[in-house]
Amino acid sequence: MLASRYISHRLASRQLLRRAHSAALPKLNSVDADDIAHFSKFLPSSAILSTLPPASTTSSELSPFNNDWMNKYHGKSTTVLRPRTAQEVSEIVKYCNERGIGIVPQGGNTGLVGGGVPLQDEVILSLGNMNKVRSFDPVSGILVADAGCILESLSEYLSPHHHIVPLDLGAKGSCQIGGNVSTNAGGLRLLRYGSLHGSVLGLEVVLPDGTILNQLSTLRKDNTGYDLKQLFIGAEGTLGIVTGVSILAAPAPQSSNNVILALPKFDNVLPLFVEAKKQLSEILSAFEFFDREVYELAVKHGQGRALNEEDVAGAECFVLVETSGGKREHDEEKLNGLLESLMESDTPLINTGVLSQSPSQFSQLWAIREGLTEAVSKEGKAYKYDISVPLAKFKEVVDTTREHIRSKGLLHDDAVKHVVGYGHVGDGNLHLNVVAANYTPEIEAALEPFVYELVASYKGSISAEHGIGAMKVHALQYSKSAESIEWMKRIKKLFDPRGIMNPGKVLE
Amino acid sequence: MRPTAARLLNILVPVKRTIDYAVKIRVNPDQKGVDLNVKHSMNPFDEIAVEEAVRLREKLKDAVKSIKVVTIGPPKSVETLRTALAMGADSGVHVEIPESAPPPEPLGVAKALRAVIERQKDGVDLVILGKQAIDDDASQTGQMLAGLMNWPQATFASKLVVDTASKEANVTREIDGGLEELKCKLPLVVTTDLRLNEPRYASLPNIMKAKKKPIEKLSPSDLGIDLTPRIETLKVTEPPKRVGGGKVESVDELIAKLKEAGITAVKA
Repeated sequence: MLASRYISHRLASRQLLRRAHSAALPKLNSVDADDIAHFSKFLPSSAILSTLPPASTTSSELSPFNNDWMNKYHGKSTTVLRPRTAQEVSEIVKYCNERGIGIVPQGGNTGLVGGGVPLQDEVILSLGNMNKVRSFDPVSGILVADAGCILESLSEYLSPHHHIVPLDLGAKGSCQIGGNVSTNAGGLRLLRYGSLHGSVLGLEVVLPDGTILNQLSTLRKDNTGYDLKQLFIGAEGTLGIVTGVSILAAPAPQSSNNVILALPKFDNVLPLFVEAKKQLSEILSAFEFFDREVYELAVKHGQGRALNEEDVAGAECFVLVETSGGKREHDEEKLNGLLESLMESDTPLINTGVLSQSPSQFSQLWAIREGLTEAVSKEGKAYKYDISVPLAKFKEVVDTTREHIRSKGLLHDDAVKHVVGYGHVGDGNLHLNVVAANYTPEIEAALEPFVYELVASYKGSISAEHGIGAMKVHALQYSKSAESIEWMKRIKKLFDPRGIMNPGKVLE
Repeated sequence: MRPTAARLLNILVPVKRTIDYAVKIRVNPDQKGVDLNVKHSMNPFDEIAVEEAVRLREKLKDAVKSIKVVTIGPPKSVETLRTALAMGADSGVHVEIPESAPPPEPLGVAKALRAVIERQKDGVDLVILGKQAIDDDASQTGQMLAGLMNWPQATFASKLVVDTASKEANVTREIDGGLEELKCKLPLVVTTDLRLNEPRYASLPNIMKAKKKPIEKLSPSDLGIDLTPRIETLKVTEPPKRVGGGKVESVDELIAKLKEAGITAVKA
């Protein structure tokens, strides 16, 4: 009996795969009023937002959940659930698994690849109500928090304890730690503090059958069996829902400094990086690049305070360098030494630079870099390609893409307005942004698979840190072999046989 | 006051090193002061004053003969002078007081500034100060200095136009009712308000040049002044913490909560 059930299950899954090639989603059921009634048994009415009775939410109220931050991906969910505990999450998931209802786990909805919004009418499970810090040990620096804690609020929590979260990104005011972990977010501090695969010590995850897998360790070292949490870090909610995170916070630096350097040509970025690493060594905590065109967009849209006119003259691109260390005088000596050697060199790598003189200026310089993403979104509709390519090829990638768009006759104010690049050059990660007046199939066809093929030609990654989401499902093949993808699908099938967990994302 | 060389301006900009305005202030357990072991930087209104002096030179060119910055403070205050020099001032004066000394009060500062002005061989035509320091919010030093020097004063300036030919300045002041325009004769004391200008970043070449600009070090006794405080701080406390609000689920609950808080319905 067991064997026949197994065989029929396998047949069904093969059918699912076949259907998956033509339609993006496995056959799942929609939420109906009976389901709402069921949820109402263990969730308060404030935790159920639905256009179905007995709830009375309007579809425009559901709009911020159904649409992504870029307003590029639009879901059609009727129901958002906002559980308050892992137990409630577990009950929701168990029920949806039995009913065959798709679930989209959602954090701050700041993702840039459409991974956090439904493709059709899957239930949105928002972690926003689970926002408590569970514990913090100031000696070890280990922080345990609910998945729905906003990244910036964790920073504020840690600040009086002289610790910092080991990651930082422009979306910090809205993104949640569970989402950061599920997408293996990178950000501005990766250069110094490493990736979440290293700093996350444990996870509490609700599996697709409703089981709560509690691996919330507060141990720095624990080599006991397979490290399952690594599967969920970066799985983008397709293997389970992260409900709790244990993470190693770093001691807050006693001294921070930053400087924006103006470079006459892009070719100087690489030698500048080598020099900065050599002279600043352990205090280097960020090395960010942005080209002139995107800087002008940031100034146009009021991001941070613009640099002085004469400092910007003749600059093809800019680099923001940040240092963080234990002693102000020591850091300043190293930083001033670097800056002097750059300015006084016979063949200067930089035109000039702006060094922050106070904490407020420190924030203003960062605001320019962190505001680039928002400036791009205000300028138009952005096609974002977050790629890893050799550092020396950054400019080539931007220029080649721009030329390609121009050759298609699409480089003008009514189509593609700008092709710009910025990113975590220290990590080899470029954010190529194509800013269009509107999202159109014509522009998309010109860009994809052109950009992916270009990246593949450099043996790069088609998604350095943003993830696959819905956007790059078909592009996975450009950076991972068929065998790798096949094994990923097997793991997915193992955890989520019915395919309810964030369907249509990451894998086809 | 010795008249300056005809039609050339000598500008003096006093600056103060204060706790940076982005820092969260914590009151000390003894309730006599705040935690000073935090980041300091130039008082934001003084940054505006330095910027205004530099802009005057950009506008009037050679008519501005010198921009001198002065600070009265502990050894670390010299960094504030370096920042001002990096923004474009020519030279600095550091009236140094010991690290452990109590912070100088506005009257003491005004007297020290008067002594500094009287030491300037070429005289001083224009003193631009921040309207207040963000640590004590006193807003007294500029006004007291004008009184001591018997000079006119134009405070809370949001616009400053100097005519070196007639040795006059037109100053627009921000007042409660709007804007007030004054015409003043030089020498003059001006204090800056927020909307006067937006201070520039210090760029690397200027930061490097600033290292070589001269800073004269003086002590209060060199100036013949006594900075002993005349005011005793009795107590420093934080303002009472705001208690969070709460959300209610329905109108009935709202009415119940209002009644709980002692708010009763108005009789029709």
